[in-house]
Parts: sequence; C-alpha cells; structure tokens
Amino acid sequence: MSLDKEKIKHVAKLARISVDDAKVESLTKDLNSIFKFIEQLNELNTDKVEPLTSILNQSLRSRKDEISDGKIREKVLKNSPKENEEFFVVPKVVE
Amino acid sequence: MSKEKFDYFIKGEKGKYEVVIGLEVHAQVLSKSKLFSGSSTKFGADPNNQVSLIDSAFPGMLPVINEECVKQAVRTGLGLNAKINNYSVFDRKNYFYADLPQGYQISQYKNPIVGEGKVLLDMPYGSKEIGIERLHLEQDAGKSIHDMDPSNTYVDLNRSGIALMEIVSKPDLRSPDEVNAYIKKLRSIMRYLGTCDGNMQEGSLRADVNVSVRKEGDKNFGTRCEIKNVNSIKFMQMAIEYEAARQVELIENGKVIDQETRLFDTKKNETRSMRSKEDAHDYRYFPDPDLLPLKLEQKLIDDLKKTLPELPDKKKERFIKEYGLNAYEANVLVSEKEISDYYEEVAKLSDKKLAATWMMGDLFAMLNDKGLDISKSPISAKHFAELVQSIKSGEISGRIAKEVFEIMLETGDNPKKIIESKGLKQQSDPKELEKMINEILTKNKDKVDQYKSGKEKLFGFFVGQVMKSSGGKANPQLTNEILKKLLKG
Amino acid sequence: MADITNQSLNEIIENVKTKKVSSTDLTKAYIKNIESAKKLNAFVTTTFDQALDKAKQFDNKPNFDQLLPGIPLAVKDLFCTENTKTTAGSNILNNFIPSYESTVTKNLWNNGSFLLGKLNCDEFAMGSSNETSHYGNVINPVGDQLVPGCSSGGSSSALAADLTPATIGTDTGGSIRQPASFTGTVGLKPTYGLCSRWGIVAFASSLDQAGPMTKTIKDCAIMLESMSGFDEKDSTSINKKKEQYSKNLKDNIKGLKIGIPKEYRVDNMPKEVDELWEKGKKILKDLGAQLIDISLPHTKYALPTYYIVAPAEASSNLARYDGVRYGYRSKQGKDLIEMYEKTRSEGFGDEVKRRILIGTYVLSSGYYDAYYLKAQKVRQLIKKDFDDSFTKIDAILTPSTPSSAFKIGEKTNDPVSMYLNDIFTVPVNLAGLPALSMPAGVDKQGYPLGLQLIGKALDEQKILNIGYAFEKNCGFKNEIKKWWS
Repeated sequence: MSLDKEKIKHVAKLARISVDDAKVESLTKDLNSIFKFIEQLNELNTDKVEPLTSILNQSLRSRKDEISDGKIREKVLKNSPKENEEFFVVPKVVE
Repeated sequence: MSKEKFDYFIKGEKGKYEVVIGLEVHAQVLSKSKLFSGSSTKFGADPNNQVSLIDSAFPGMLPVINEECVKQAVRTGLGLNAKINNYSVFDRKNYFYADLPQGYQISQYKNPIVGEGKVLLDMPYGSKEIGIERLHLEQDAGKSIHDMDPSNTYVDLNRSGIALMEIVSKPDLRSPDEVNAYIKKLRSIMRYLGTCDGNMQEGSLRADVNVSVRKEGDKNFGTRCEIKNVNSIKFMQMAIEYEAARQVELIENGKVIDQETRLFDTKKNETRSMRSKEDAHDYRYFPDPDLLPLKLEQKLIDDLKKTLPELPDKKKERFIKEYGLNAYEANVLVSEKEISDYYEEVAKLSDKKLAATWMMGDLFAMLNDKGLDISKSPISAKHFAELVQSIKSGEISGRIAKEVFEIMLETGDNPKKIIESKGLKQQSDPKELEKMINEILTKNKDKVDQYKSGKEKLFGFFVGQVMKSSGGKANPQLTNEILKKLLKG
Repeated sequence: MADITNQSLNEIIENVKTKKVSSTDLTKAYIKNIESAKKLNAFVTTTFDQALDKAKQFDNKPNFDQLLPGIPLAVKDLFCTENTKTTAGSNILNNFIPSYESTVTKNLWNNGSFLLGKLNCDEFAMGSSNETSHYGNVINPVGDQLVPGCSSGGSSSALAADLTPATIGTDTGGSIRQPASFTGTVGLKPTYGLCSRWGIVAFASSLDQAGPMTKTIKDCAIMLESMSGFDEKDSTSINKKKEQYSKNLKDNIKGLKIGIPKEYRVDNMPKEVDELWEKGKKILKDLGAQLIDISLPHTKYALPTYYIVAPAEASSNLARYDGVRYGYRSKQGKDLIEMYEKTRSEGFGDEVKRRILIGTYVLSSGYYDAYYLKAQKVRQLIKKDFDDSFTKIDAILTPSTPSSAFKIGEKTNDPVSMYLNDIFTVPVNLAGLPALSMPAGVDKQGYPLGLQLIGKALDEQKILNIGYAFEKNCGFKNEIKKWWS
C-alpha cells in the first residue's frame, strides 16, 4: 500500500493537523517507508487467530452509582486559553 | 371496533410509494452519576458545575464504568424482549468537536450490550411488531451554545459523559403515526422500568430518523437519508412527511437520492442537507484500551429480570382479563405507570369499568386542563374511588357526580362529606318521584296533550323539568321509566 | 557527608534514618548538582523552593518508618504533578499546570519523599533517542555527545549524573529499559496493570507502564514497592496484594531456569552485544541457574506490530490536545476547525505528528482490518510465544539494546532505523510482561550496555532476585566522570 499526497492530506484532515505543501513531500517519503516496514505482518496467516482484546485476565470493574465528583468549575476552567468564569470559549464553527 | 386498513402512502405521479422508516433513539439513562465519571447528571445545573477532570478530558484521566448504568441498559433490553449479550465491548468513536473533550466518544460498535428485540404497537389496523436491532451504551456530548457571542461558541460540559442508551430499530416503521406510537411505547416502557424519564423537552429522549421510499410492493430498500437530532414527535412526523415527499419527487424526476445526513428546519418545516465542506466522518472505531470487555454474569441478568416491574403489554392483558376492560380502555390506562397505578388503586375500591370511564373522562380532562401529571392529581385515588362507588351504588347520579367532582377539586374534601353536607343524594324513591312527576305533568297539561298527539321531542322538556324541580337529584333512569308510564296513560 | 549523591538510594535512606544526613542537607546537595549540570539539559522544571520546604518539614518531624523518608526525587515530565508544570516534553503543554497529582507520584510522596523537579523526555514519550523533546536534547552523562536513550532520557541522565537518588519513568516500547542500558543504570518495566496509569499523560494505553529507574537492584525494589499498587480510578489496574519486594529480595537463584531465545540473535548484532550476552549467561549459570534454549517464533513481527498498535492508540489519546480546555492554542485560526489544525500543527513536533498520521491511517475506514486488527492478532501470537515458553522456564535473558548509545543526530534521518533500537524491548510491552534492564558491561568505546530479564506476569520478585544475584557477581561499575560542571 503506497500513500500519495492526496491520501496524506486526507488523513491529516481527519487528525486535524495541517500539513503544508513543503512538508508533504518528506512526510510522504517517511510514511511510505514506515508502511513498507509494517507490511511485514502480511507474511503471517492470522485467519484462525483471535485479536488480543485485553492483556489483563480480568473483566471490567465497575463503580457504585454515587455522586463523587464535579463542582470544581474553577479547577476545570483555570487552564483555559480563553478566560471565562462559566464556559469554555472557542471560535465559532462555520457550518 | 372494526379494524381499519393501513393506508399511509405517498401518491406520486407515477405510482404509490411506501415510506420506510428506522429510528435511532437516544435515551438518557436515569442514574445519579455519569457513565464513566462520578459527576452528577441532574438537569439544569449551572454551566460546567457538573464536570470532573475526566469529563473535561485532562491529561492522564481514565474512565471507570458506573454499575447502575449497565443495569439500566440490561433492564431496558429485557423490557424490549431483547437478547442480553454476556460479552460486550466499549469502542472509541473518534471525531473532533468542541463539545467532545476527549476527541472521541466512548460507545459500543460491533459488540453492543443488548442484541435483537421487539416492541408491539397498537395501531387502528391491528397489532404491529417493530423489530429492535440493538441497544448500546455510550457517552452523551456537552452543549455548544452558538448564540451568546457573535464570533465565539460557548461550551458547557455538564451533559458530557452522561450515559445514553442508543436504541436502534429495524426499518419496520411505515408512517408518521407508527413513529408516534413507537416513540410513545418506548418511552412508556422505559418510564415503567425507571431507566429513562423520556422527557423530550429536557433532551433526555432524542431521535435520529432514517427515511427512504420505495414503490408499493417493491422488496428492495431505497437510498435512505438520516435526519438528525429531532427533539419532538411532532417534528419527527413533519420531517418524515417532508422528506418522503422530497424523495418521491426526486425519483419521479429520474434523479438520484444522495445518501446523506440532513437537519429538520423547524421554522421552514423542511429538511436540508447537513453536508459540510469535508467528507463524511470516518470514526475509526477501535476497542477502548482504557476499558476491558464487559462480561455480564447470567445470574445478574436473571436477577434483574426477576425484579422488573410488570410492563405495559402484560399489564394491558391483565387489565382486559381481570378488570373486564376493552382493548382501548386498557391501552389508555397502561400508557403510563403512574396512571395504571392510580387506576388499580381506584379499581380495588370501586367498580372497575365505571372507574375506567370516569378516569378517562373527567379526571383526565381536568388534569389536561390544569397541565398536571396524574402524580400531581389534586384528587387522590382513594377519594376518586369513593366518588365512583357512590355513582355505582346509585347514591348520586352521574350528573350530580360531576358537581361533586368540581367541589372535591375546590375543597379537597372527600365525596361522602360533600354529598352529605350539600344534600346531593339522588332521589330514587319511586313514590316520591311519581308524586313530583305528577305535579309537573299537571302543571304542564298543554304540553302533555301536545306530546300525546305526537310531539315526542317534548319528552326532553319533561325530563328537564323533573331535573329542575329536584335540583338535579332525580334518578334519571327511574325518571324516564315513570315519565313513560305516566305519559302513556 | 562526602558526596552523598554518589550513593545508592538504599544507602542514602540508611543515612537519613541514622541521622547521618538531614533531608535538608541531602536536598541541598542535589540542588547543587543540578545547578551545575545544566549542560545535560535533563530538567524541564525544578522545584527547589518547594523541595527545601518539604525537607525542612521532614527534618522538623521525621518519620523513619516510611519507605522513602525525606528523600527528594525528580520524576519524568509525563507524570502530572499538582501545581507544578507538566509538559510531556511538548510545546502543546508548555504552560499546563495540573490541579491534580498522578497516583504513582502520590504513592511516592505518601511514602515520605517529595518532588525535586520534572525531567525532560521525548515529546509524549515518542522517540528513540530523546531527540524529539520540545525542550531540547538531553545529553548522556557518559559523555561524547551521546544520546541518553528514550523516551525517559532526562530520567536516566539525571540518575546517572547524581542529580536525583532514584527516579521513575514510563515504558511503552522500551522507554525505561533502553535509557537504563545506555546510561549503565537499572530500569524496570513492571507487569501491565501493576502501577496505576491515572494521571500519567497517555501515549499508548494498552502498552504504557510506569516503572523505577535506579542505580541498584535493591533501590529498584524499594521504588517499585513505593510506587505500585491497585488504583480504583484505573480500570486496567490489577487488584492484588502488595508485595514487599525489597524485604523479600534474595540472591539465591539455584535451579532457576533461564530461557535464551534464539530469535534475539539478530543479523548485524554488534559482536560486543553478543559477547555481553554470553557473559551474562555464564554468570547466571555459575550461580546455579539452568540455561534453556527457547524459541519465540514471532519476535521479528513485534516491531511492525508495535508500530501499528502504539500510533493507533496515540492518535486517539492525543486528540484531546486541541487548544480548547488547556495547553497551547494557536493565535491563528479564524474558525474552530482552523484553530484545531493550527494549534496541533504548531503544538506538536514532527515525530508526534508522524505517529498520529500513521495511527489515524491504520484505523481509518478500509484499513482497520488490514492493519490494526491484523496487528492485534499478531500481538496475540507474540503473547502466546511467551506464555508457552514460561511453562518451561522462570525468566528470559536477552540483551536490552542492539547497541550502546549513539551520538546525537547520528540516526535521526531515517525513522525506520530509529525504530529498530526497540527490537528487544518492544515484544515485552506487547505481551504485558515485566522486564528489567541491568547494567552488564561496556563496549570497546567504554559505553554501557545492559542485559534484560523478562519475567512472567506479576513475577517481579523473581526477576529482581535474579538481577540482585547478577549484580553482585557482575562487577560492573559506572565510571561516569562529571565533565559537565
């Protein structure tokens, strides 16, 4: 599987990372060599193998339904790049 | 009642089209805290006051699942006659949005907690089974507020992380009426179970509607469009009607229907495409490595099954059998658990059929008028039962009962007290009545003659006079009998 | 006290307990070292005032019953520390001050120690040489402009240069063990789930583990005991009874079966690495262990598997760095999408962006089955190789790294050759097993090399014991000269 610039731009869009044209060239080269490397896995027949769903041999632990958190608005907002006492503030989405 | 025939089709120029509808209902789980964090789920709190570090996705935060949310999903699945999966997996659904702090939603993709089930609808043309494809648990997103500032969006994460049950129906619905019945039924079942309060105004129940059309008789499905986030049944119905017509028009004009996501514009009453500049979302689902697969012991499922309350379908059957109600009456009285509880209390203490009639008539009219839920009824079940019994026993007439009902509302007194103090007992002594009627007939000799010579309508006049003279307390049946007897001679 | 900072953690604790040194004097000694070691660039943030304050508090009311009484510790800048800047080596968190403490560091402080500073590391723990930190390269105290290994390069460097008596790092593909090998120190990656991940900046959730980095095996046991333990806030945390690793440390390894996997003898492996492996085998054999040849047939697929699984998980874990709630936000970006794109492009370095793109791609529609699902299946095979072998043996001995430390800049052009550094360490993370890197010798240039002991799940005591016995008989001494002050 070889990646072309278009594909890389599409993937970058999905990841919300902008890639300028200058960088796309070297990125394409790097990613293609990495993909060639990881494609070694195709040598293995894994038809009858179950994927690893969890490395641990235990089932999901649950917690009791209690209100044990929240009411920390100040803490939650204090690292916000745009200051506001009640909300997180972001530029508008252009629909 | 004779069965009507199903008759919802879009009549195009080139034929009749069937509308195929599937619903994805999002129901907020009733629980004290969120699905993966300990923040409160209460509606209406100050912005960002019910948000933990986990909910706001700070570095290093990890999810821990709420056992009650799991149980609520299982209960709902059991209420939908669905298969509960002993093994299910939580997956990440990856996309970017300001009200999705993690950059992914924890949901379930290939292995949901609940599998196939079914829901029964009571339609005028008979009982219809709607298939349920699956039910899974997922996190709700926060709220983006766009109208507080011209260039900025304000984000409130209170809702972020609340547990949702996504209930996916099979594409078995065929009309806006069926959609109405389906949503109401789902809502009723979940309210019975206490797993979701179904409050559409508060957003605890929302739906995405999938609509496609096909020529009547065609077995293949047409291309469907998804109408997202419709938050009232009325809008769902309007959206479906608009969308089905739109699709038929496209087909008849030889155009292709794009499979896309649309929004319902409540001002223009039309659906419009939501397609943004970029391609459709690629959610890149994969099992969440911060969570292990969920394994449910069969014992847990069995125990939950044992503790389920009697659900509407079973209750309806029982009401018909035990209380001699007809299907329509039973349907109405089981539609909400509070109503059925109230009815059963009343029915314990009074005539079951009469209780049903009076509840569905005067009580519901009053509650509707006052905008009240039956749980807030100013007349208790006990007092209502007394009223019904006093009608049944003949102590008061139906007409007087209406008066008593009003006085009960005003004063909060029990009916017996009101009847006594106001002397409203029905006059059922035939001797007394005959005496009274004779007096009236004597006074209105001319009208009696007119009646005897053929003016049969005057019967009503005599009844009216008896009622007036008795202050409305004359027993209507006896009055009729005696009048007839005396007017014959 | 004559250069207390030169001593092992265990010795220092003894000196504190017997009042031969106060916590304050100890802390001052480390501060002095740190201030004269700026060339190493091991620290991102120092917390000297707070540390001296804590030292004073300890000295006023000492509690010698604790595991780490009055001990100042620097930790990798991947652990969220309350009210102290935590950057994860990235520009996107250049101003992030957590209001919470990671469980692992809290455990350390609860055992009597306190924070000395935050140690430089590869951005989001991604890298193979510690050349991807936004805060500059860390220099290996061994000298010659060598890399210290990564991603816990600041940790290994600070440890080897006596800037902290012990430290902790995180290991996703070898990020504790490789730097340990490159600096001649001890590094342990515990069994997945033994240490809590709560409050650690996540890289690859199914692989990340915090672990101790120390000068000696005994130190390692002390640190492991202090930092590990069940955490109900982490759904992947193992609920088991706490073990007293340091108290139960013993050096008798007679009769233990040590597996030697043939697949770890790779092509072009430097002769010295091979010789060191032989040396290690001999030492263990002489101590009474039995050497058994084993095969881990899927070893060569571990790296490609890792480079699918880790970036995939990372691409999702790093989605939260979007400039909305904390961290860097680009000044450009006229709408939300542009703000995201510019923030993340400006905030993340090249290696991180590369891995996010790989991860996004292998999870994307049409490719999930061929890459991610396939990798998870191969991971099952790799784990099975280990599980099968462990029915016959107690531990596995391999080299830690295929070479000693290389020079800064020597390998940064080709990502794939960088990835090959992790060849011996990565299979362990995929299988979730514990592994210890212990210093074993030097190559002909005098650069340290380590050997790795891989154990059964939750069998840390056993590999620590083997390491303890090995250490006593190995005769390795770290000959680092303080060239940087």
